[in-house]
Amino acid sequence: MLAWTIYLSFIGAAAVTFTPGKSAAVARLTALLTTLAGLFIAIVAVAHDPSGHQINIVKAPWMPRLGIEYHLAADGISLVLVFLTGLAAVAGVLFSWNIEKRVKDFFGLYLFLIGAVYGVFLSFDLFLLFVFYELAIIPKYFLIAIWGSTRREYAAMKLVLYSFAGSALVLAGMVAAYVVSGQRSMSLEALAHFSFSPHFQMWAFPLVFVGFAVLAGMWPFHTWAPTGHAAAPTAASMLLAGVVMKLGAYGCLRVAMMLFPRGLDPWGFRVLGFGSWQQVFAVLAVIGIVYGASVALVQKDLKFVVGYSSVSHMGFVLLGLMTLNQIGLAGAVYQMFSHGIIAGLLFAVVGRMVYDRTHTRDLGELSRMPLARLIPFAAVTFVLAFMASIGLPGFSGFVAELEVLIGSWRAFPWMAWIGGLGILIGIAFSWRALQATFFGEPTTTAEQVVPPMTLPERLGACLLLGSSIVLGLYPRLLMNLILPGLNGPLFEQLRRGDWR
Amino acid sequence: MNGSGYFALLRLTEPEIIVALTGLLVLILDLSFLRRTSLAVRFRGAVAAASIGCAVALGAIERLPAQGSWMAGMLVVNPLTLLVQAALLVLAILILLLVDSARFTRHVGEYCALMLFATTAMMLLVSTQNLLMIFITIEFLSLSLYILTGFDKESRPSAEAGLTYFLFGGMSAGILLFGMSLLYGISGSLSLGEVATAVNRSPGDPLLTIALVMVVTGFGFKIAAAPFHMWAPEVYQSAPTWSATLVASSSKVASFFALFIFFYLGLMGAAGNAARGNYSIGWAPLIAIIAVASMLWGNLAAIAQTSFRRLLAYSAIGHAGYMLIALVIHSRQSFVSLVYYVITYALATVGAFGVLAALEEERVDSIADFRGLSKRAPGLSFCLLIFLLSLAGIPPLAGFFGKFYVFASALDRANHSGLLWLVLLALGMSVVSFYYYLKVLKQAYVSEPVAGAGVIRVPATTRIALWIAAALVVLLGCLPDLLLDRIAAALH
Repeated sequence: MLAWTIYLSFIGAAAVTFTPGKSAAVARLTALLTTLAGLFIAIVAVAHDPSGHQINIVKAPWMPRLGIEYHLAADGISLVLVFLTGLAAVAGVLFSWNIEKRVKDFFGLYLFLIGAVYGVFLSFDLFLLFVFYELAIIPKYFLIAIWGSTRREYAAMKLVLYSFAGSALVLAGMVAAYVVSGQRSMSLEALAHFSFSPHFQMWAFPLVFVGFAVLAGMWPFHTWAPTGHAAAPTAASMLLAGVVMKLGAYGCLRVAMMLFPRGLDPWGFRVLGFGSWQQVFAVLAVIGIVYGASVALVQKDLKFVVGYSSVSHMGFVLLGLMTLNQIGLAGAVYQMFSHGIIAGLLFAVVGRMVYDRTHTRDLGELSRMPLARLIPFAAVTFVLAFMASIGLPGFSGFVAELEVLIGSWRAFPWMAWIGGLGILIGIAFSWRALQATFFGEPTTTAEQVVPPMTLPERLGACLLLGSSIVLGLYPRLLMNLILPGLNGPLFEQLRRGDWR
Repeated sequence: MNGSGYFALLRLTEPEIIVALTGLLVLILDLSFLRRTSLAVRFRGAVAAASIGCAVALGAIERLPAQGSWMAGMLVVNPLTLLVQAALLVLAILILLLVDSARFTRHVGEYCALMLFATTAMMLLVSTQNLLMIFITIEFLSLSLYILTGFDKESRPSAEAGLTYFLFGGMSAGILLFGMSLLYGISGSLSLGEVATAVNRSPGDPLLTIALVMVVTGFGFKIAAAPFHMWAPEVYQSAPTWSATLVASSSKVASFFALFIFFYLGLMGAAGNAARGNYSIGWAPLIAIIAVASMLWGNLAAIAQTSFRRLLAYSAIGHAGYMLIALVIHSRQSFVSLVYYVITYALATVGAFGVLAALEEERVDSIADFRGLSKRAPGLSFCLLIFLLSLAGIPPLAGFFGKFYVFASALDRANHSGLLWLVLLALGMSVVSFYYYLKVLKQAYVSEPVAGAGVIRVPATTRIALWIAAALVVLLGCLPDLLLDRIAAALH
C-alpha cells in the first residue's frame, strides 16, 4: 500500500497539470488532497506495522537482463522519512496557497518532486533508488527558477549542478559496486550481504558518500544550500531543507555506509592527522556545524539565516552518522526528521508569513516594523520554531541533538565539545534573528496594514509545531521504528556483530 | 544462405534495392505527375511515397534469411545488421515525416530521393565486411550528404557548409583509403577476416601502425570526433534542417556501427589496452585519447555556443566521445551498449532537430529564440524537454541507460578499475552537458515569451514524428530490455 504514496503523487501531478481550465482553486485542492492521501497512507502504514522491521511492498523483475528489480520496501528508517515527507508535503501545499503565477505548473512540479522523494525512501533496489533520486532534480530547477526570488536562475542552476555532480559520483560508485559484486543484481539486500574487498570499499565509500553528502549540505559542498533556499519559493525551500537534504543524508546511510562499511575503517597510516574516512567526514561535519552557525550569525537576509542554520543542523546528521554507534546513528535519523519539520516551519514563517506581507527579508528593515503586533501568530510560531531549532527540551530537536552528542562523546569526545559550541552559536543567531524580526524598535509611525493570517497558514504551522512537540515529548514513537531498522539484517556489516 | 551468384545478391539486398528503387520512383513521380501541383502537394506526395517505400523495406527485412553472406563477406546479413538496418529505416521514416512540412526548395523529388539514397548507402555500409565495400559505401553516403547539405541553393551558408563538408570529407576519404590500402598490402586481402589473420600474425608491424593511424583519422572525420570535428558545427548550423537531421542521426548510427565492426573484426589483434596499470600499445589507447579529446572539447565548447544548432553539434562531438569509450573496451557487452547508445542517441537527436524543423518559420537559431516556448507551443516544448534530458542522461530516459550500460561494460573489463579514470571523466563531462541543455530548457520554460509572439502551430506530420520519437525515448529508457534483448540475441 505504501507504494501508492509514489503513484498517487505522480497521478496527482499529472492530474493537476493536464486538467483543462485555469482554475487555481481546483489545482490547490487536488494538490492538498494528494498530499493528504500520502500522509494518511504513511500513518496507516506505521500504525499497521509499528515494529520497524522490513516490509516488502513490490518486488518484480524490471530489467531481467541486468538483474535490476522494481523493488519497493520499507524498514523503520524509510518509514520515518516517508512520514516526514508526508508531513512536509501537506504543510508545503498549505503554505503555498497564495501562489497565483502558473498555479497548475507549480503544483504539478511540486507533486512530481514529492513522488520522486517518496520513491527514493522506498526503493530497495539501487538502480531504482538512483532513478528516483535523479527524477527529483529536474522539478527543483523549475520550481526555483520560475517561482523563486533573489537571483533565482543562478541559484537554481547552482543547486541542480551540485546535485547532478553529486549524483555522477554516486553513479560511478553504483556501477562499480554492480560490476564488482558480479552478482548481476542491484538489490540493496544482495549488495548489503556481499562482502566487497576492503580495498574496493576504501575508494568506493568516499565516492558515494561525498556524492550523497553534497545534497546533505556537507561542508565544503554546502554552498548551493543557502543560495538555493533563499531563492526558492516558500514551499520549495520547505521541501528543499525539509526533505531533499534528507535524501542526501539517507543516501549516505542507506547506500554508502550500508554497502561499504569497511570504507570507514582506519587506513593504517595518517595524512594530516586523519587516520580514516570516518575521522575526515566527522571533522567536515563538525566544521559544517560551527561554520553554518557562525555565518548565520552575521547574515542580513533573514532567509539566509535560516539557510545557513540548515547547513549547521545537517552537520549534526552527518556527525551522528560518523559516530558509528547505535545512539549516534539513531540520533542522526531522528535529527533528519526533526530538522525536516523545524526547517520547514522556519522557512514557512520567513517566506510565507513575513516576506509575502512585508516584501523584505532584510533584518534591518524588518526591525523597524512592529511585526509582533501586526502578526502575532507569526511571532509566536517563530519563537516556538526557534526554540525547537536550538534544541530546547520538549521539542524533537532536543532529543535528536542530545543523542548525536552522546554518540559522538563515545566516538570522539573532543568533537562533542565543538558540536556543543555550535549549539551555543545557534542560540546566538536565533536570538539575533528573532529580536530583529519581531522585537525590534519600530520607527515607522504610520500605521502599516498587512493582510491577516489565513487559515491554511495556521493549519500548516499547527501541524508542524504539533508534530515537533509530540515527538519531542514522546520520542519512542519514532525510536521504536528507527532502532529495529538499524538493528535489522541490512546493517549487519556496519554493526559487525555488535555496535561499537 | 551463402553464395556468390547474382540471384543470391538480389535476395540478400532486397531491402536496399527497395529503398533505392523508391528513390528513383519518387524522382519520376515528382518530375511527371506532381510537377504542376503546389509545393505542399509535391512534398506530401514525395514524402508519402518515400515513407511507404521505407516501410515496405522494413517488411522485406523481416523476410530475409537470418544469416547470409555473399562473396566471402562482401555482403553480410545477420540478425545484428538486420536490426541496425531496421533502426536506420525507422529513423529515415521519422525524418521523412519531418520533411513533409519543408518548403525551402522546389526540387522536391531530388531531395527525397537523395535522402533515400543516403539511407541505402548506410544500409549497405552496416552489412559489409570488406574493405573496398566499406570505402565505396562510405563515399556513396558522403556524396549524398554533401549534396543534401548544400541543397538550399538560395542560402549562401548552406552552400558554404556543403563545400566545407565536401573538402573535409574528401580529404578524410583519401586518408582512409590510404590506410586501407596499407591493410591490403599487409594481408593481401580485402576481407576483414583475412586482415584479422594477418594482423594477428604480426601485431607490431610498423606499417600496421601507420595504417591504424590513417584509419582512425579517416573514421574520426566521419563520426566527427575531436580533433577531426571542424566540419560538424558549420554543417549542423547551415545545412537545411532536415539534411542536418540525417547527418546527425542515422549517418552516426551507420558510421559507428561500421567503425566498431571494422576494428572488432579486422584489427582485434592490434587492440592494445588503455587500462591503467595494464597499458599496452595499440589502437585502444589511441581511441581513448580521441574519446577524451571529444568529451572534453565537445562539452566544454558547447557551453559557449549561442546557436542551438552549433550547441547540438558540439554536444554530438561529446557524445561521440562517450560512444568511443565502448570501442576502447571492445568487448561483446560494450558492443551491445554501443548499438543501444547510438540508436537511442539518434532518436533523441532526430527529436531535437524535429523541434527545430517545427520552428522553421520562426527562423529559430539562437538559444534565446526558444524564449517562452512552453507558452507558445506546450506540446513541442515538452518534447524538447524529453529529448534534451535524454541527451543529458537523466533517468528514466533512454540516454541515461545508454550511458549506464557503457560505463558498466567499461568497469566490467580490465580488473574493474583500469578504466575508472575514463568513466569518471565521462561522468564529469555529463554534468557539464547537463548545464548547457538546461540553459536551453530554461529559455523554453522559465523565460517569458517576447511580447506579441503568438501561439505556434505545429504541422500534424511533424507532431506525429516528434511524439513517436519521444515515446520511443521514454519507452526504451524505462524498458531497455526491449532493445537490449534483441541486440544481445542478434549478437549470439
